[in-house]
Amino acid sequence: MPPNAPALTPEQCEAFGAEMDALRQRIVSDLGAEDAEYIRQVVRVQRALEVTGRGLLFAGFLPPVWLGGVAALSLSKILDNMEIGHNVLHGQYDWLRDEALNSQTFEMDIVAPAELWKRSHNFGHHTYTNIVGKDRDIGYWILRLTPEQRWSPYYLGNPVYAALLSVIFQWGVMLHDLEAERVLSGEKGWDEVSSDAKKMAAKSLRQVGKDYVLFPALTGPLAPLTFAGNASANLIRNLWGFSIIFCGHFPDDVVTFTEEEAANESRGQWYVRQLLGSANITGSKLFHLLSGNLSHQIEHHLFPDIPARRYSQIAEEVRDTCRRYGLPYNTGPLHRQLGSVARKLVRLALPGGGPGGKHTETPATKNQAA
Amino acid sequence: MVPLLEAVTAPHGPDRYLEMLNPMWSLREVRAKIIDVRQTARGSVTLALRPNGNWRGFRAGQHVAFTIEIDGVRRTRCYSLACSVYCPDGLLELTVAAEPEGVVSGHLHSDAGPGAMVRLSQAQGGFTLPDDRPEHILLISGGSGITPVMSMLRTLCDDGFCATDRAGRVTFLHYARSADHVAYRDELAVLAAEHPGLRLLRAYTRGSGGELAGRFEPTHLPSLGSDAAAWVCGPAGLVDAVRALWDCTGISVPLQTEQFTAPAAALPADDGEPYGEVRFTHSGRRVANTGATLLEQAETAGMNPQFGCRMGICLTCTSRKTTGSVRHLHTGELSTEPDSEIQICSTVPVGDVAVDL
Ligand code: FES
Repeated sequence: MPPNAPALTPEQCEAFGAEMDALRQRIVSDLGAEDAEYIRQVVRVQRALEVTGRGLLFAGFLPPVWLGGVAALSLSKILDNMEIGHNVLHGQYDWLRDEALNSQTFEMDIVAPAELWKRSHNFGHHTYTNIVGKDRDIGYWILRLTPEQRWSPYYLGNPVYAALLSVIFQWGVMLHDLEAERVLSGEKGWDEVSSDAKKMAAKSLRQVGKDYVLFPALTGPLAPLTFAGNASANLIRNLWGFSIIFCGHFPDDVVTFTEEEAANESRGQWYVRQLLGSANITGSKLFHLLSGNLSHQIEHHLFPDIPARRYSQIAEEVRDTCRRYGLPYNTGPLHRQLGSVARKLVRLALPGGGPGGKHTETPATKNQAA
Repeated sequence: MVPLLEAVTAPHGPDRYLEMLNPMWSLREVRAKIIDVRQTARGSVTLALRPNGNWRGFRAGQHVAFTIEIDGVRRTRCYSLACSVYCPDGLLELTVAAEPEGVVSGHLHSDAGPGAMVRLSQAQGGFTLPDDRPEHILLISGGSGITPVMSMLRTLCDDGFCATDRAGRVTFLHYARSADHVAYRDELAVLAAEHPGLRLLRAYTRGSGGELAGRFEPTHLPSLGSDAAAWVCGPAGLVDAVRALWDCTGISVPLQTEQFTAPAAALPADDGEPYGEVRFTHSGRRVANTGATLLEQAETAGMNPQFGCRMGICLTCTSRKTTGSVRHLHTGELSTEPDSEIQICSTVPVGDVAVDL
């Protein structure tokens, strides 16, 4: 465990892990009709918003209608990517055996192909969460988000790169799956790259074709307005997705690990790393829904394949368990977590940037204060 | 039109939007509405289904994969069609036997009602009558194995095959526990009365009143001429007995068989010694279950299935378990549902298991 992590004995670690396993089992055996109805209801709302949004843009010459169309379409894309897509691709609903909600068949309304996204997200990120050098989501290989990443003058642009990434987030996510750094290091062969690139081209062409050619063309003379409306919806979704996701792992006090620290870890240690490497965001029910319940990033990282609507139900219990073991439970409102990420992006643009001054507060003491 | 629909509804596809308007609408999927549910004999229930326009018809004796949503979860089972291929009202008929702990059959027996929507595959299976019909057709069935041969019999009757005693002959040999357990009992009697070429032989294993008694034995077979063919469908015991007779007496009459897969046996509550056999159906390999995870057993067998985290979270190793039960390594959760996706890195087989690898 890293020096800034609370020291648990191996026995405590295992006991914590066993409690988490038991909690998981309790939820899994309780899954049923309500969870099924819930996700299908979310899908119905998303489809209705999508049809409404696209429909309104056919009358987009009226400014309020155009705005309404963009709002509906943005919400549709946000629901599709967050509460439905991300969670379905984690296999949270595979037990329904419904191919429309199955991790092997689902595709999100986003340019990245599901197959490649699952490889980097479910495997890369969720297995190696916050291990510097292995979790490719730390800064997406563009940003410096932990002092353990060696500084170079390139990182002076850290905040600017982050702002740009947030604007084109869906493209960033797609290109991220190309694993450029593994290609450069020779680890990933060219045939693999070209097969990945073909899949990306096919999926993104379909997405671009729909949003920027087909629907504008269908609205005839309104084509430029429809084009702008669809672009706005994609942009809003990008900014939202970026904000939620960056608040999940990069606020202050979230712990990163070196490969040595995470080597040969036990199941209990794995749970502890997931906990220390994630941060929650507090908010209303609607906020949790729109964040795809990634506002419960901690619960999500402990139990990535449990339907996300369950996270809020178990959050109190997880937090209590953490308290008993003296483990931190990082949570806060969106503006605070986002502010914390922003400050970190600026701080780490400069050399050093390790936690100092007011950041010496250890996670464990923070929990007691919370 | 279809490519345009596909393009505007990408990536989810037109069906996901059509079904919002009407759950029966789909571009390709066969969906059907349950029109009628009837208790037809002790322990069996008969469903009448109206399929949507994607249904392409069937041959007598074929089955469908039938999918119904129970508490939000989709469950799929294979059932033979029982109706004549001419099904005049356009309705399909299935007769389903209640299994002691059958989730689907239990639901159909007690909860399913008219109006529910189900999904069907197209008809499948090679247990069918040839177009070129032999003179004497012998249909043998046991229990709910009656459905495919009932479809054959009804089709033959509609064709006028056994309408006179000079046309073709059909012998219908059926095994049931008692007369009350025979689905289609009344209809069989009517058909026999109307078709002089149809001979009905009913054997009751626990009741009286049939033309025959007890389980299948060679003396139950009618004399078969040179131009005859036989079809048998039922539980393994019956099918094996008939096949054994054919094998050891060298009867030259062609025999086609169809057998139910036995419902999963009751499983021990705790893990004792590993037992059973793991079958990797795609590669055709079989190994004795060692109690290790399926992924490890596959690797030991010299295969290289895909994997990522090896701890049950990334889904890279997801594979289809076709039959049998597996236990989750960390939670002890048992998965018994046939044809379901499992993570082979974190599940161990309990008894015989077949995985599509
Ligand atoms: S290898 Fe990751 S779930 Fe099995």
